[in-house]
Amino acid sequence: MWWGILLAVLGLLIGILIGFNIPVFLPQDYAKYLSVAALAALDSVFGGMRAALEDKFNHGIFVSGFFSNALLAAGLTLVGDRLGIDLYLAAVVAFGVRLFQNLAIIRRYILNHKIK
Amino acid sequence: MKFKTIHLILLFMGLVLGFILSTQFRLHSEIAASYPPAQERTAALLQELEEDRQSRDELQHEVSVLRNRLDQAAAGPELAKMRTELDQVRQLAGMTNMEGPGVQLTLNDNPNALPQGMDPNNFVLHDEDVLSVLNELKAAGATAIAINEQRVISTTEVRCIGPTILLNKNQRLSPPFVIFALGEPDTLTNAMKMKGGVIDSLLNWGIQVDIKKVEKVKIPAYSGALTYNYAKPK
Repeated sequence: MWWGILLAVLGLLIGILIGFNIPVFLPQDYAKYLSVAALAALDSVFGGMRAALEDKFNHGIFVSGFFSNALLAAGLTLVGDRLGIDLYLAAVVAFGVRLFQNLAIIRRYILNHKIK
Repeated sequence: MKFKTIHLILLFMGLVLGFILSTQFRLHSEIAASYPPAQERTAALLQELEEDRQSRDELQHEVSVLRNRLDQAAAGPELAKMRTELDQVRQLAGMTNMEGPGVQLTLNDNPNALPQGMDPNNFVLHDEDVLSVLNELKAAGATAIAINEQRVISTTEVRCIGPTILLNKNQRLSPPFVIFALGEPDTLTNAMKMKGGVIDSLLNWGIQVDIKKVEKVKIPAYSGALTYNYAKPK
């Protein structure tokens, strides 16, 4: 478990380093899609943390959720752009609400188990 | 520790998340840098405009200084013939103040309220109207023309820029337009008032036209610079 977290953090740091240093740059038009994808990915990470704390963590669900949520959010934004509907709002609201919910559950769990 | 596939996957996911977040951060800061807030942009444009105006005025001043120097240089006795020739050419080119009999023509937009459902464009002065007036004056033998103190020379354009017209590349004029034309006053007046002529058609649209003969018309010299980069005498 701890090795996994360590590796994930290591990956995060390497990813940030790569992201800041690659010379090829994404066109600005893609910023919107990337932002929604980032939100979805963050939501998955917090969801995974919560599941781990509740001892319900499942690799398959975590990994598939991470990628499918990110791709779906970005795809939804793309479709919305084509149709003239701000579908990215749906992703922002859904993932935003879940993010806070997960955070609240994590907070309660930590308060209940570590402070006592 | 046993190295399991899940560890590799976690590493990869962290990589992806870090990459997404940092790229997004970079993109966002780039966007923010390339689109400054509207207010700043307006201020920057205004400043640029002011600077350009200032440099235009400075250049105009330089032109007059240089012209004075040219006059002084041509003051010597051996250059007298050249000087008279220069004066003549300047007169023809519109670089000197002129005076003489002529007409004063005032043009203004329709003062009445717009009839319901009519295109307002039909009731204001257009660059074409001014242009046709100028054309008619020239055809009637006007030798020097000025609109709102701006001399009309051979390269003068009359262009529509929104509610104003542009003359001599950088002079914005707005109605009312006061046109002074030097020439035989009767001929000029009659040419303008011709039945079915320019004034007639302008009056049709309710545009205010006023023409009167003037004993002594004063017409200013062309104040801008003249550059002939492409036309070469042959």
